[in-house]
Amino acid sequence: MFDRKLTQNFNWVLMGLTVALAIIGVMMVYSAVTAGPDDVQKGLVFKQIIWFASGFLMVLFLILVDYRSLEPWSNLIYVFCLCLLIFVFLIGKTAGGSRRWIELGFFSIQPSELMKIAIIITLARYYAKRITIGGLTLRNLFKPILIVAVPVVLILKQPDLGTAILLVLVAASVTLFAKIERRSLIYLTASGVVCAPLIWFFLKDYQKQRILTFLNPDRDPLGTGYHIIQSKIAIGSGMIHGKGFLKGTQNALSFLPEQHTDFIFSVLAEEWGFLGAGVLLILLALIIILGINVAHSCRDPFGILLSVGLAVLIFWETLINIGMVMGLMPVVGVPLPFISYGGSSVLAKMICVGLLLNIGMRRHILQN
Amino acid sequence: MIPGRYFDAPDMEWYKQRLTRIVFVVMVVFSALFLRLFYLQAIGGSEYRRLSENNCIRLQTIQPARGLIFDRNGELLVDNRPSFDLYITPKDATPLEETLLRLSHFSGIELADLKSRIAEAKGRPFYKPVLLMRDMGRDLFAAVEVHRYELPGVFVSIEPLRHYLNERFAPHLIGYLGEINGQELASGEYVGRRQGDVIGKFGIERTLENYLKGKPGGRQVEVNAAGQVIRVLRTVNAVSGDKIYLTLDKRLQELAQTLFEGKVGSAVAMDPSNGEVLAMVSSPGFDQNEFVGGLSHKAWNKLMSNPDRPMENKAIQGEYPPASTYKIITALGGLEENVIDAHTAIFCNGKYRFGDRVFRDWKKGGHGSVDVEKAIAQSCDVFFYQVGQKLGVDRLARYARAAGLGEVSGIDLGNEKPGLVPTSAWKKQKTGVPWRGGETLSVAIGQGYNLATPLQVLCVTCAVGNGGTRYRPQIFKKIETPYGDLVRENFPEPVGKLPVSAENQAIVRKGLFKVVNEPGGTAFQSRIAGIPMSGKTGTAQVVGRGESPKTKGNKTSWNFLDHAWFTAYAPSDNPKIAVTIMVEHGEHGSSAAAPIAAKMIYAYLSQDYKIEAEPVLLEE
Repeated sequence: MFDRKLTQNFNWVLMGLTVALAIIGVMMVYSAVTAGPDDVQKGLVFKQIIWFASGFLMVLFLILVDYRSLEPWSNLIYVFCLCLLIFVFLIGKTAGGSRRWIELGFFSIQPSELMKIAIIITLARYYAKRITIGGLTLRNLFKPILIVAVPVVLILKQPDLGTAILLVLVAASVTLFAKIERRSLIYLTASGVVCAPLIWFFLKDYQKQRILTFLNPDRDPLGTGYHIIQSKIAIGSGMIHGKGFLKGTQNALSFLPEQHTDFIFSVLAEEWGFLGAGVLLILLALIIILGINVAHSCRDPFGILLSVGLAVLIFWETLINIGMVMGLMPVVGVPLPFISYGGSSVLAKMICVGLLLNIGMRRHILQN
Repeated sequence: MIPGRYFDAPDMEWYKQRLTRIVFVVMVVFSALFLRLFYLQAIGGSEYRRLSENNCIRLQTIQPARGLIFDRNGELLVDNRPSFDLYITPKDATPLEETLLRLSHFSGIELADLKSRIAEAKGRPFYKPVLLMRDMGRDLFAAVEVHRYELPGVFVSIEPLRHYLNERFAPHLIGYLGEINGQELASGEYVGRRQGDVIGKFGIERTLENYLKGKPGGRQVEVNAAGQVIRVLRTVNAVSGDKIYLTLDKRLQELAQTLFEGKVGSAVAMDPSNGEVLAMVSSPGFDQNEFVGGLSHKAWNKLMSNPDRPMENKAIQGEYPPASTYKIITALGGLEENVIDAHTAIFCNGKYRFGDRVFRDWKKGGHGSVDVEKAIAQSCDVFFYQVGQKLGVDRLARYARAAGLGEVSGIDLGNEKPGLVPTSAWKKQKTGVPWRGGETLSVAIGQGYNLATPLQVLCVTCAVGNGGTRYRPQIFKKIETPYGDLVRENFPEPVGKLPVSAENQAIVRKGLFKVVNEPGGTAFQSRIAGIPMSGKTGTAQVVGRGESPKTKGNKTSWNFLDHAWFTAYAPSDNPKIAVTIMVEHGEHGSSAAAPIAAKMIYAYLSQDYKIEAEPVLLEE
């Protein structure tokens, strides 16, 4: 079963990119937690290294089994992740005002991160059986909407707006890739245009305020608006060459919120300048394009849809995170793939890499 | 072509076309991110570098004004006044030592004091301002402001400070403020509060903290190297706290406080028809304004060690034997349980033998033949010894509990005490010794283990006066936003009914009427012309009868003197006000407590609050 062709097709570039991002990620977490006056967070660097190490083990494990054997298990994986989310809802660990984690002794996991992968696998399997040149009909779309809506509602309850939006965006991207029938697409768009003002009408005043602030952080100059200003100052002050590793001043004074998670790009841009931040952008773009390239060379609809989903996940996370810290996008808590601190996020991204490598390795098998 | 698929299954070309589109989108998006990055770092870079070097963009908090407090007639009781607060930002105050030395020189504040304030703030980011002195006063403010260019990093912030308009006015009910402590921070009750924040610590200030506190605003400012604001970028105004309208009547409260001057104890007045508290005095009081700027340890210890317990709200925290006021309960229970009826007469010769003990009446020689009305009017102990004996302690306790004794009333003030209604089971559990019959006799006249707060006695009085409905005592009528929009309104909250028939209640009310209005009634001296008042006196023994140690001259030392109770409502047939007075060591309810109640009732019902306005007494 494990023939030579597999090793021949192993995508060393993708693997190399992942290792490079992992190293940058750990260095940035180190900078973000050491420069500040706070001692308690320093153990996070070691934790992040452990997460990456187990992530690479996960990659090794994932490339051994044919990804197609995953297909029949997709429902089970989805239900398992859903149970974890319900578990979080009932007895999850609360931090920073929201309930997102399951406590497992010395570490905790965030099921919503795993749900991202589970939804991609489930949708890939569902669409692979129904994909046509004509496109998906409204009837075809009923089930996928349900598959996405249930976890999204649970995640909104945590509350974690960022992850919920991300799930919707990823699912919508995969669906659009699988193509929606023209008439159905028109129906959907039209009903969306009609519903939005209606929903707006029924919202409470404070909910409207929250949405407006979300869309325009400038409305909250003492909270998110201030964070974005500080983030822009941090990024801009890095100029071309940066202030040097561990020499960021915005970072050092804890002017940045969540500097080791959501705002880690600002730390990197401040310390490594346009040269460093630009290289990171290129690396992330490359890993996404390599992911789409895996789909390009795959001959199996499930594999194509799966790799598109995984690549699109990394794409949206990168766009939302970097767009946010540079003041282009609403402020939501979405981690920067491979760089932000967070075990579940790292593990989920390593699963993405493992699956992409897997699909890439087996691209010629169907021809036999 | 993929094998084994239906006829319009897409081929590889179809997929490749769509994948190319995705790559295109990715490229466009990343180009946009790249451009933005270039714009921030290469084009805007030097400006951002400048802003970052001194951490120029900072947030300043604007403190909200705390909510105003009014009395029931809209009279302002508590507001805010401007306070000049002295701050230093250690990061900007370079060199720190020299700046502090200069500041000490200009302001006259001890250098050691300034240094200790900075030492306390150690561990906080050094760009955060440290409060050096609150409410420094205008003169000091001027002294610092003149030298502002020699004092980098030093600034004065004008913030609203709590101001109690009438010194020592209802301090226990309104409460006071203080800096939040570690325990309160850890409790999770004060979301968004930080070290050094001032919160309500007692009374209404504490229970309605969430309405009163308001919402802080802030300014995004750009500062120069000396930490001085050169530009205000954005401002979010603070929102003042909500306005509270108390049920309190300022004039009645002031009159009651004046009447209590020099006395220790409590006076509470309530509207029996709805439970609104009209006045609540606990004497001695304290000056709330002293707490505003932070009370010194010495002043605090002085308050805490005062034997008259000025920091205690005696109306809800003082637990005393209810004494003869409890005979209301015994009478209600006896009538309802058919132990006695309106005509049951007992002959009182001044003492009652139970087992091998003799229980005395307060009146040597006794009251002669008494029925229940006369027994209430003259407070005959012997009559109620016998009623209590027939009822038994547990049946008596049931009526006491049904009247609201033995549990907190639920008034919106913290730390209320529940009092105590003894039962045989309670004693067995508490002491391991079974109940003895003689103890029931003490309980029946409100002595023994019985404990009640003045507010509880008042609630019993109100329920009897209004025909049997118990209301939760309320201290505020409504809460409004600073702009006058209604936030919350209180309506009468019935919490129970006396389990006694209307006829039996009427019998007790007749007795209470005779207390004041019939010769021989224990409060006959305090009757008011034109206003029929009903009430009950009480004298709570501090030590057992006949045991009080005498000092020389055969006078009882003051702290062994009995507590004086008087509880009353008026007008008798349709009460508009009920008052309970408790004077610690006041000796007799009839002489120490009843006149105060009569004055308050007269003032409230005739709207004449002058202290010298004597209620006209009827001719004997």
